[in-house]
Amino acid sequence: MSATVDTAIDGGALIPAAGGADPRPLAAPTTSVNPIQRDHATTIFEKSVEGRRAFVAPPSGVPEVDLDDAIPAGLRRGTPARLPQVTEGELVRHYVRISRRNFDLDTGFYPLGSCTMKHNPRLHERVTALPGHARLHPFQAPERAQGALELMWGMERQLSEVSGLPHVCLQPSAGSHGELAGVLLARAYHESRGETRTKVLTPDTAHGTNPATVTMAGLEVVKVATNADGGVDLDDLRAKADDDTALLMLTNPNTLGIFDPNIEEITAIVHGVGGVLYYDGANLNAIMGITRPGDMGFDIVHFNLHKSFTQPHGGGGPGSGPIAVSDRIAPFLPLPVIRRLNGGSATDTGDPTRNRPPVRFALVEDADALPDGAPGSRSIGKLRGFQGNYGCFVRSYSYITSLGASGLRDASEIAVLNANYLLAKLHELGVSEHLPLAFGTRCMHEFVLSGGPMKRDLGLKTLDLAKRLLDHGFHPPTVYFPLLVDEALLVEPVETETKETLDAFALVIAEILREGAEDPTIAQNAPYTTPVRRLDEAGAAKRPVIRQPLD
Amino acid sequence: MTRYTTATDADREAMLAAVGVGSIRDLLAEQIPAALLRDEPLDLPEGLSEQEAYVHLRDLASANVSAEDEVTFLGAGMYDHYVPALVDMLLGRSEFLTPYTPYQPEVSQGGLQVMFEYQTAISELTALPVSNASVYEGPSAVGAAAYLAKLHNGRERIVVSAGLHPHTLQTLRTLAVGYGSEIVEVPLRDGATDPDAWAAAIDERTSAVIVQQPNFLGAVEDVAPLAAAAKERAGDKVVVVGAYDPIPLGIIAPPGDVGVDVAVGEGQTLGNRLDFGGPSFGFFAARDAFIRRMPGRIAGETRDVDGRRGWVLTLQTREQHIRREKATSNICTSQALNALAGVAYLGWLGRDGLPELAELLVQRTQYALRTLTAIDGVELLHDRPVVREFALRLPGVDVPALVEYVQDRGTNPGLPLVRTHPDEHADGLLVAITEQRTKEQIDRLAELVAEGLQAQRTTTGGDDADRKAGA
Repeated sequence: MSATVDTAIDGGALIPAAGGADPRPLAAPTTSVNPIQRDHATTIFEKSVEGRRAFVAPPSGVPEVDLDDAIPAGLRRGTPARLPQVTEGELVRHYVRISRRNFDLDTGFYPLGSCTMKHNPRLHERVTALPGHARLHPFQAPERAQGALELMWGMERQLSEVSGLPHVCLQPSAGSHGELAGVLLARAYHESRGETRTKVLTPDTAHGTNPATVTMAGLEVVKVATNADGGVDLDDLRAKADDDTALLMLTNPNTLGIFDPNIEEITAIVHGVGGVLYYDGANLNAIMGITRPGDMGFDIVHFNLHKSFTQPHGGGGPGSGPIAVSDRIAPFLPLPVIRRLNGGSATDTGDPTRNRPPVRFALVEDADALPDGAPGSRSIGKLRGFQGNYGCFVRSYSYITSLGASGLRDASEIAVLNANYLLAKLHELGVSEHLPLAFGTRCMHEFVLSGGPMKRDLGLKTLDLAKRLLDHGFHPPTVYFPLLVDEALLVEPVETETKETLDAFALVIAEILREGAEDPTIAQNAPYTTPVRRLDEAGAAKRPVIRQPLD
Repeated sequence: MTRYTTATDADREAMLAAVGVGSIRDLLAEQIPAALLRDEPLDLPEGLSEQEAYVHLRDLASANVSAEDEVTFLGAGMYDHYVPALVDMLLGRSEFLTPYTPYQPEVSQGGLQVMFEYQTAISELTALPVSNASVYEGPSAVGAAAYLAKLHNGRERIVVSAGLHPHTLQTLRTLAVGYGSEIVEVPLRDGATDPDAWAAAIDERTSAVIVQQPNFLGAVEDVAPLAAAAKERAGDKVVVVGAYDPIPLGIIAPPGDVGVDVAVGEGQTLGNRLDFGGPSFGFFAARDAFIRRMPGRIAGETRDVDGRRGWVLTLQTREQHIRREKATSNICTSQALNALAGVAYLGWLGRDGLPELAELLVQRTQYALRTLTAIDGVELLHDRPVVREFALRLPGVDVPALVEYVQDRGTNPGLPLVRTHPDEHADGLLVAITEQRTKEQIDRLAELVAEGLQAQRTTTGGDDADRKAGA
């Protein structure tokens, strides 16, 4: 690294230091310097001019009928929707220009805890766009969608092996949708045994989706306390687990980044009262190939393909939330079910002249068509339209197939190493005085710092630190979650980030604390360099303007 | 080291030293109970290089017959509309493709502005004032609307038209177990919701009424009297839900004008690929009264400290991360990128383009309908008004065999209704027209259907013999 040139490391700009010492972060601006700030934000509706257009309809080419004969006037629309009137050039410029007002993973470090912002390999975009995948109609006859069914079946096997649970359903659309599937499955399981269980145990570190899901599934949340080590409080769990317990929902490692050392005892307690164990897979990136929820004793797991398995997050989706389940839960799985055909059909070699490949997989929509006890034979039903977010399956299947067994383990190992290294680096730089680790001394793939001392000693809130990080070109970690940590900062550095980036990030955190000790108002008023500065969120909620007025 | 992880051997050594452990395994063994820490590898094949993975994924794609490989008249919830090139380009941009949900608004103005514009477009399309920033897809959007109704009025009976997409009905039945709700299904009469049975099914216990427009059989429903009957029978508290297909809204009356309280629907047709059923998006729009009960993200306009216009996620006290078990929904990640495709597509069509497209569809659909029903043995399943999809009856015909005959010759004639309605419509065929289906393709479809029918008539034993002959 040259000793004379400023070096930008995926966000943080560093000035190299002589003699092997840590470089120093380039001072971040304290005034507005971003030319994008001069752009007055106008919407596409405000750019609309009567008479402009991008779309030109092809001629109908058919003998036309009077519209009134086709659809009576009384059923028709009176005035058109006031959509924008713009050219393609304007559309492209508008959206490209506003895209530049986003921070994104391809531009910089994004250590957003519990979100696993790992690199999105571009191969996946290429293969997903192949017409055989992208233009496949979901009602295509299964005999002519064999590639898709084979891919889905293969992915079910992959996720089964990663989770240590025998049966997989890919259908749920996101993690929270997988949770809803899981709670409904547990409910159906208990009801099939003539039991009505109403309680769902969730630790107070749980994602908000857990309790929200429980309510939607008609059950009742019972909170379980966290012990001094950041794990489940076993006494509290024993006190609350009883024969009214439908299930326990747990993230392991939990949202503190701690692998619960008592996990075997936790699963034994819940199984002991006849409850079902649900594994929230948000943190699966810590354990792929290292340990498996099924081996821990869990019955149901959801995966977040948009976290562990590189589905790009798209600024808020699409995601995908497949679930894996144990034998006792399998009969209740959602429909349709993919079955691999044996025997006679395996000899079907298809007929290329009829556009029909060999038939080796079936898509079963009807529970009655399944053997008693088979997955889906007592299905809870469908959770959404069609088979799920297939485009996400293609990407994640491509990822798992690319990595293989050792690659998946390597990904998780480096995710854990990176998190512990970043933690050590922050400690070495003296950051822990103001931002101590909330629990324990080690972590899995993410860790939680408490901004309590920083707030008390420097007058900087976690929010201030987060906003000042933006001026250094980094996306902040997750802030104010989990809720039980004062001024929480949840950091997940992921395996695709380099040591250099982690070093730069640690140095910038130290620099912000140093700057804050000198003059806390700098961070308190940050950011300065972003397309807009701090926004009035309270005002937005008080007088909601949620669409462009067009009158 | 794989091609996506970064740590070199030297990095590992330096990092482990900094952490103060001898190996990664030691680091894991400090935290994971010995009995659970695996040493044996997962039973998965070893990885593939990028070019090998490409070939494998391409081969799987080749084993499918897509709308690229055949002329398809399949619809039934997802449609082969043309996706303009600019959508591909925008969705491929890193700035839209790779960020998370906009938790830091100062660096997420692009995504937030897209949400705001999307909400505006959906609000315009539906003539309803409030839209969220998307939900998963069409059928679960209907489920979300039923949950809103339950939170709104606390009632536990949902009256639905049998014209709902079967996946919507099935999804609703699954979710209703959680809501503690009962589903009452109202039959169709002559292809549309039976107004007498509808009114009779509704009373003061009714939480929501749900009708699909156009319905699953393609019929344009007369929604206004259905909505009015619901309010009359169940009072103001009942929530009238309409499940809409957005493209036909270019020509048919929008939900806000006909008494619908909550309009939801499948957004695939707005600039999204078929993708074997997803990802697409669901839209969710409502009257003002429901703004604080909406599920999902909503972007709102505000100002920054310097007075610049900007957007934030707003009304978040509805949401799971704040309200937890009292949230209006559990949804977190939704379909932001697909909604971007939606608003870019609507901008591309523009104010005049949407009605022009809808009229084009009506014309070609009328032509297809006339051409097909001119064939001996093909009749309409109903004669309600249609926009771009219609249902046929082929009495006495083995429809799946006919479909196979036509499909073997490069045209997919549509959905044999035996797949979704085996008892009522075993002889039905649902045919969809998009702007990609030309007159020549429609003529060819009619030719093949006539030919296939002839083949069935002349072959003793019908389809079996024909299939054997073909195979």
